[in-house]
Amino acid sequence: MSAVLDNGRLAAADPSAAAVLSPRPPMLRNNALMDAIFRNLTRFFAFLVFSLLAAILVSLMIGGFQSIKEFGLPFLWTEEWDPVQEKFGALTPIVGTLVTSAIALLVAIPVSFGIAIFLTELSPVWLRRPLGTAIEMLAAIPSIIYGMWGLFVFAPLFQSHVQPLLKATVGQIPGVGLLFAGPPIGIGMLTAGIILAVMVIPFITAVMRDVFELVPAMLKESAYALGSTTWEVVWRVVLPFTKVGVIGGVMLGLGRALGETMAVTFVIGNAHRLKASLFAPGNSIASALANEFTEAVGELYTSALIELGLILFLITTVVLACSKLLLLQLAKREGVRT
Amino acid sequence: MSDARTLAQNSNPLYRRRRRMNSFMMGVSTVALAFGLFWLLWIIAVLLWNGAAALRPSLFTQMTPPPGGTGGLANAIYGSVLMAGAGTLIGTPIGILAGTYLAEYGQRGWLAPATRFINDVLLSAPSIVIGLFVYAIYVSQVKHFSGWAGSIALAIIVVPVVVRTTDDMLKLVPNSLREAAAALGCPTWKMITLVSYRAARAGIITGVLLAIARIAGETAPLLFTALNNQFWSSDMNKPMANLPVVIFQFAMSPYEDWHTLAWGGAALITILVLGINIAARALFSRK
Repeated sequence: MSAVLDNGRLAAADPSAAAVLSPRPPMLRNNALMDAIFRNLTRFFAFLVFSLLAAILVSLMIGGFQSIKEFGLPFLWTEEWDPVQEKFGALTPIVGTLVTSAIALLVAIPVSFGIAIFLTELSPVWLRRPLGTAIEMLAAIPSIIYGMWGLFVFAPLFQSHVQPLLKATVGQIPGVGLLFAGPPIGIGMLTAGIILAVMVIPFITAVMRDVFELVPAMLKESAYALGSTTWEVVWRVVLPFTKVGVIGGVMLGLGRALGETMAVTFVIGNAHRLKASLFAPGNSIASALANEFTEAVGELYTSALIELGLILFLITTVVLACSKLLLLQLAKREGVRT
Repeated sequence: MSDARTLAQNSNPLYRRRRRMNSFMMGVSTVALAFGLFWLLWIIAVLLWNGAAALRPSLFTQMTPPPGGTGGLANAIYGSVLMAGAGTLIGTPIGILAGTYLAEYGQRGWLAPATRFINDVLLSAPSIVIGLFVYAIYVSQVKHFSGWAGSIALAIIVVPVVVRTTDDMLKLVPNSLREAAAALGCPTWKMITLVSYRAARAGIITGVLLAIARIAGETAPLLFTALNNQFWSSDMNKPMANLPVVIFQFAMSPYEDWHTLAWGGAALITILVLGINIAARALFSRK
């Protein structure tokens, strides 16, 4: 490519033999100047995007410095969150974030896998695009809409129908039953996790579908020719081939679930207490920020919340970076960019 | 022949088990798809049902009311349009130029691959952290919430979307087009602006549309930047009303009238966002 550009510049500078003798005409000199300006302009903005991640990290570190200094590392495993006495610990929101995201993945992974199989193997060709677009639309619906729907429509139904059922069945098993104990109040960690699942399904599905399509047709056809059923082809050929990409897709979904704010804020109940039961209201980092940040009085309170944001950003960045690396690895093997 | 095969398949227990497993799994896969579509249809139905009651002309002409009063969402819609507009206007050029570097100049050196990687991380970064970032670098410095702060936060969300699509779309432009331009003596900047951009135009516009759809419903980054405003305000330097935050506030309130308005706003945003998404896909597929 760059060789082509050099050729282009040569060609521009040397259109004919006459041009070699005379100095370059002013118009061409302008072009060289414009080239330099344009190139550096685009490079400047690329660098701006490049430095944005570091800028966010640094600004959050500065904003949360007071809290980091005051509470140190134990901030991560202290449960207490007392704005009145200015004692803060991040354990409840961190656990809430991880638990809701785990529930989300538990539901979303099998569903996304099923949808991806349907879209790549089962669906008639003419239906693939409309169905795929419909699933993508789940990702387009804004977070706040999920939150409102979750609070006013889903949570009441969940409370009156699903929670009593769960309590009466899995709630009776010793040990596991603790997760489903307590009054069914509709909102809580489990509700938040399920709504998160619906929100990350389109992201995981999209990646799975894309990587499934990377599998060479010859590989699949060979398996079919040996008498494999569709399921065996998917499970024994497609999935092993795309394993790395599938994990990358799951990590992408995890990254999305961890940072999801508004939907969770509506339905998680905003309680700074750690409970074993998934029915109990809890808190996630993002929802704690959304609920408390504008009302936070005192620098230490604000600083503690910014430190929470910093923790969230660090976790999601690591998860998303892993996801990206895995997908790049698959792409490199394929020689195709996903 | 086919009869013999069917017979063999039916009599062989291993065959039967494999085929049962296959039909079971394919059934599960179909159910998974139905499960996904079910939520989409459910949410849209609920929105239309609850939003229909609120979608009246007064929604667009009256201000947000105090509890118990009647009103509309005019100031919030206006604020949202202003901020999303400003956010798009700030973010789009940055995104297109950065994307241009990645696709056109990024063949060698460390900057392009590194930026591409970071951009992909930013693309999925939690939007509430973007809000915190703008709070830390802008709001806490000038010491007041403002429409500009909201626009900056939205612009930061627009940038990665536009960078990604611009990069991808420019890469789809065949190199022979560039070589042809270069062979005619065209300087690089003219080649990019007159040839590459033109060939990738539909794709780049799609990216911008998707970015607008993305920020239209963004709530989290506006909470700490634009805040909210009960009144009509065109002053971007003051706290500004905006649809998502108004929906959040009204939906969380105990008042029935406010809930109705929140549903109206929610239906409005969803129709807009889904409309833009479908339009963007149609625009791109026609190309």
